[in-house]
Amino acid sequence: MAPLEYLRPSDEGAAIALAEADGRACLLAGGTDVVGLLKDGVLAPSRLVDINALPIAGVEIRDGGLSIGALTRLSDVADHPAVRGRFPALAHAVLAAASPQLRNMATVGGSLLQRTRCGYFRDPVTPCNKRAPGTGCSAIDGEHRLHAILGGSDRCIAVHPSDPAVALLALDAVVRTRGSRKERAIPVDDLYLLPGSTPERETLLEHGELIVAVELPATSFAARSCYLKVRERASFEFALVSAAVALDVRGGVIRTARVALGGVAPRPWRARAAEAVLRGSRMTEATIAAAASAAVRDARPREQNAFKVELVRRVLTRVLATAGAGG
Amino acid sequence: MTGNHPLAAESETYELSVNGRREQVKAAWLGESLLAVLRERLGLPGAKNACEQGECGSCSVFVDGVLVCSCCVLAADAVDAEVTTVEGLADGDALTDVQQSFLDAGAVQCGFCTPGLVVAVHDLLDRNPDPGDLEVREAISGNLCRCTGYGRILAAVEAVRDQRGRRSRP
Repeated sequence: MAPLEYLRPSDEGAAIALAEADGRACLLAGGTDVVGLLKDGVLAPSRLVDINALPIAGVEIRDGGLSIGALTRLSDVADHPAVRGRFPALAHAVLAAASPQLRNMATVGGSLLQRTRCGYFRDPVTPCNKRAPGTGCSAIDGEHRLHAILGGSDRCIAVHPSDPAVALLALDAVVRTRGSRKERAIPVDDLYLLPGSTPERETLLEHGELIVAVELPATSFAARSCYLKVRERASFEFALVSAAVALDVRGGVIRTARVALGGVAPRPWRARAAEAVLRGSRMTEATIAAAASAAVRDARPREQNAFKVELVRRVLTRVLATAGAGG
Repeated sequence: MTGNHPLAAESETYELSVNGRREQVKAAWLGESLLAVLRERLGLPGAKNACEQGECGSCSVFVDGVLVCSCCVLAADAVDAEVTTVEGLADGDALTDVQQSFLDAGAVQCGFCTPGLVVAVHDLLDRNPDPGDLEVREAISGNLCRCTGYGRILAAVEAVRDQRGRRSRP
């Protein structure tokens, strides 16, 4: 076991300073991902900065929207009446994300930063450009049934595993962060990077930069939102394909649409082409079919994962019909 | 454990509160999970070690009354908390109503998942004394059993629910 320094600061400034001071420091929140990666030797930080003592948990109603502290446990997000009533896609996604035990532990901030479930990333002895830059991607010529059909590169085709992140993307959520020199508000849509030639870099966050809250703005489309996750079994399984949609429908016409996909790309994927088809249209079967097809127009499936293209169409067809029902 | 540098060394002796007792954890690697510490250092083998990734629920324990998978909790993070394992549910050699019901219903086969399920069912019935069938299924969805097919487990939970309901009625 590599030597490990463990620190549990009780204020944000100290946490950020402790993380920034050690280039190999790792933040620890709910632990549901990081503790496993530590045990498997995928992560080998020299310093663990446990942020569980920071006072950044809880859901607040603010400016008609919600501010969810980064350390709010997923179970508390799912139980909150305002989340259930006004941001149903998030409640659905959180409930689909994990078992009761894990929802009691995992945090909303951590769920945005979950690491990929790619088996090569999680096996410390195989080549993986994300875990060990420059060693190659084992998935491209190996097992890639579960891998990306959108947004991948010749260096990495791993998919982002988070359910909540997909819903937060569709709900125009904004991440509030804090570093030692600045505070930022980053739309979830801007938070994630595509792998390109640097798959080890997954988000805009700088080393030591702390997510302190996730904000959900009041929008015209959040209340009519839902999330659908399709997986190979009903418990403890990550999405083959998932979709979050949010719609503002007035007078039978879709004024605004958000469509986000999970399980198909290295980041939560915004399907803007599908949104463009929906905007200004009536919610008919033809509209739904056109939007579902538009979402995968640029898909580049590989030998083993071509099924995901059709699965995206079917998941979107079902979730759009569900969200669109009721006029 | 608050303050900025509580466990700054790479390995250290610290104290956990488990089932109401203060337990010394000596010279431990600070990356160890709570499950590993309970089983390997404190001689409490009730929480089981299987998937090591929060999938199977066989390591379920309470930390400050919250049901968690101890395989994914860093033991050092539990220093200020009250940990309750399956060993701490019953008083001495007596069985809790949930444990007795599992025996009566034949909900135990190989027994590996049983401690985690017993802890999860206590969590459910202590929070919600009258759960519906779907609530029961949801509450134990994080606990995998590969023997029983769950039928007798569900029967055991229903029996405790009904029994507690009868007791609480005037």
